[in-house]
Amino acid sequence: MESLYFLIPLSMVVVALGIWLFFWAVNNGQYDDLDGEAERILFDQLDVNTKTEESVKQAAGFQAKRKPESAQNSVNNENA
Amino acid sequence: MSAETCFHCALPLNGRDDLAVLVDGEARLMCCTGCQAVASAIVDGGLEQFYQYRSVNSARNDDSKNADFSAYDLPAVQADLISVDEQGVATIELGVSGISCAACAWLIEHHLQQLPGVTKVAVNVSRQRCRLQWHKDQLPLSQLLSAFIDIGYRAYPAKESNKLEHIERDQKGYLLRLGVAGIGMMQAGMLAVALYAGAFQGMDGHWQNLLRWVSLVVATPVVFYSAQPFFKGAWRSLSPIYRNMGKSLGKSLNGGLPWHQSLTMDVPVALAIGLAYGASAWGTVMTGGEVYFDAVSMLTFFLLLGRFLEMRVRYRNELVAGEVTDLIPLSVQRYENTHDGACLEQVPVKSLCAGDIIQVDEGECLAVDGVVLAGQSPVIEAVLSGEQDPVAKGPGDTVSAGTVNTTNPLKIKVSAVGQGTRLAAIVDMLDSVAAEKPRQLALADRLAAAFIAFVLLLAVAVFSVWWLHDADRALWVTLSVLVVTCPCALSLATPVVLAAATGRLQRQGFLVRSSHVLETLSKVTRVVLDKTGTLTTGKLEIDSIVLSSTAQALDTEMVVSIAAALEQGCRHPIASAFKQRQTETNRQAEQLVYQVGGGVSGVLDGKRYALGKAAFIEQCFALQVPTDLLLSSQSASDSLNLKHRLEVILASEEKVLARIVLVDELRPGARDLVSSLQAQGLAVELLSGDQASNTAALATDLGIKHWQGNNSPEDKLATIRTRQNAGDIVLMVGDGINDVPVLSGADISVAMAEATDFTRMACDAVLLSGNLNTLVDTIAVARKTEAVIRQNIAWALIYNFSALPLAAMGWVPPWAAAIGMSASSLVVVLNALRLQHSNKGQGGNLDNTSRQWQGAAVSGLQAET
Repeated sequence: MESLYFLIPLSMVVVALGIWLFFWAVNNGQYDDLDGEAERILFDQLDVNTKTEESVKQAAGFQAKRKPESAQNSVNNENA
Repeated sequence: MSAETCFHCALPLNGRDDLAVLVDGEARLMCCTGCQAVASAIVDGGLEQFYQYRSVNSARNDDSKNADFSAYDLPAVQADLISVDEQGVATIELGVSGISCAACAWLIEHHLQQLPGVTKVAVNVSRQRCRLQWHKDQLPLSQLLSAFIDIGYRAYPAKESNKLEHIERDQKGYLLRLGVAGIGMMQAGMLAVALYAGAFQGMDGHWQNLLRWVSLVVATPVVFYSAQPFFKGAWRSLSPIYRNMGKSLGKSLNGGLPWHQSLTMDVPVALAIGLAYGASAWGTVMTGGEVYFDAVSMLTFFLLLGRFLEMRVRYRNELVAGEVTDLIPLSVQRYENTHDGACLEQVPVKSLCAGDIIQVDEGECLAVDGVVLAGQSPVIEAVLSGEQDPVAKGPGDTVSAGTVNTTNPLKIKVSAVGQGTRLAAIVDMLDSVAAEKPRQLALADRLAAAFIAFVLLLAVAVFSVWWLHDADRALWVTLSVLVVTCPCALSLATPVVLAAATGRLQRQGFLVRSSHVLETLSKVTRVVLDKTGTLTTGKLEIDSIVLSSTAQALDTEMVVSIAAALEQGCRHPIASAFKQRQTETNRQAEQLVYQVGGGVSGVLDGKRYALGKAAFIEQCFALQVPTDLLLSSQSASDSLNLKHRLEVILASEEKVLARIVLVDELRPGARDLVSSLQAQGLAVELLSGDQASNTAALATDLGIKHWQGNNSPEDKLATIRTRQNAGDIVLMVGDGINDVPVLSGADISVAMAEATDFTRMACDAVLLSGNLNTLVDTIAVARKTEAVIRQNIAWALIYNFSALPLAAMGWVPPWAAAIGMSASSLVVVLNALRLQHSNKGQGGNLDNTSRQWQGAAVSGLQAET
């Protein structure tokens, strides 16, 4: 049991160290964004270049195709 | 559900199915061209995962194309905003509006990093800021700012706000205190377990002593550092009482307790912490009695947590609603040599002073107050008067900052800049009105004051009884009374619930700006709605075109393009209806002549055309507008009757060409809002400044029984006062600056997201989503919030009152007091968390949210495997 005389003060030192570390982290700005950083790890760090070029092209083609069509539609609406 | 709502902003599609974007290989429908443009930009940049990641729906993008950032490229404007290092890398701190969740940060960072010259992008979601580093010579700042617009956000150079900085500093302080209290709580708790075990099984005196001394060491920083705010708060609430003690003593004897109202929750908290710590420290030094170090630390930690959550809500609200966007431009054209008047130079507004002569072109917003020297032009003074109709200005007339010059260039002599303008005075006034608005005392605070007075008196009674009975135990029993009855749960009961509820409402797109909103909202009996800009979008759109029988060889397409060319460059609301078509065809009319309240005429391809009211056309070209054209309008009016309608006639010199009918579209969700509110038993009323016939048409269409048209703000306010006198709690929804007095007269005011900044600042809440249906959910959430607060308070009171006699009898040992206290706090917190999750069938958006959340989690998992 006598080891407690050493272990308890040691734990106090660890606690003090922990508090110092926490102060350092907060003052260093590591806790400035409590909302964003929490979820960041869930998002893929995607490399845009390796992303399937095809799907982007396909989407772009689709958008280009739809544009004149939608303009035509709104004219038709006006006629109605 | 994707069948009826916009994929991007989740607003109802209103039957549109012509706008779509291919996302993840599937065509998704969009509600408007703005959303379509943003979604395409996101997909084209290869960032469509954003839609899986996001946990909150994006905002609708209406005016995305109207932004002009070129003023930010002026070196004089940039000087204060950016810092450049030796390598030519510039750094700027931007505020970004529209960030609602972590996925937004992901989208912005990845989108901007694709731009050439950008070296570093770091988005801070909590502060809604973005720090950008880029090579200044490779990319102008204005392009960076419009890159934000492309993906649906709006960035502006961050402004220093003392208020925000203050809260930020406080927040950091609370975080540090919270950390110390948390670590201290864990240590003290661990040591307490050893002490309690020792108390049951027997323990050597010197071991017990050691553990107590160590606990004392751990609890000391918790009390003196972490619990500081409570001591300060208690002192603040007590010091005026102390000062007034002499004066009010006589009055208090017959008029109730003088300090009854000013006693805050801090007083018993500080008392309990201070006494428990003091007595425990004394017990440790004297080796006797009981120690409460674990209870003290835990109490501090829980209370700090409540405060911290409250502060975060306040910060977020300040951030979203407090920003007054720049109404006025950053730069103006100044005559450098006033004698010749020939040399115009673009200068920042900051460098202007009274007496300078400037030129304001048509379509520009005035940056200063001044007197017109030359030029004739109608000016829209909506910022000052709320009227959209332009007011004619000529030489000698005064003009104000924030107003918009519509048709001709004006030469203006500056009379006031910056803080001296009328605009600044209005902002100041609204600021002070907002600050002075009396706050309703929350239920918990009212209860607390009574409860505290009771507990303090009781503690004195318990102490004196025990003193006579058993003097040795008197202090310890009194202490356990104070610890057990410490209103920890009571003081957590409200802030935790409010934090949970406001967080949830914000995800739905309803921003709560003041603390009484939720409480009052649950009691609302009558909802008063404004018409233009609230129930309708306030933006005119072309509804139909009727060709005149005399107009051969013309189709609607040509009619629209002629009208667009005529209206080009004009800032009148009617012109905005043609704006999109104008950018497509890009035809320019010449020799434009405007007549206020009449119309416009101009020359296009050598032919003279006029667009405007029938009377204006007749006066312009000496033509008779054929009655069949007008007659057909009468017959058609039955079907058109349902919307706010406005017609203009297009004519050439020889003949009348067509009648164009413009409508003010119903806002998405308006119809559902009215029926759902009425189904909930709330009275709905429509008050409008518009003509009675238009108001009546809309009211009958939506099924609103009470309506009034042709109302001035005074009329509206009078109506609201009458309703309030009759016992109604009135919720008012509006958007215009002219509605501000009416809005502040209502018990609760809600501003639409598009409302001017002044209106938003004067209101209790802002409907950010633009979806009126959110209001119905909000009232439901407010009612539930009120119920949860009541449950919490009831629970806290029941716990306190049942523990009280036990403690007073001296039957509660320290460990039981500690367990009881933390258990009661936990129950309160867990009960509040129920609000964060939506009920089934309530709020379609939220179902969507949880679905997207799962999507994010699933894709996160997939990424790991």
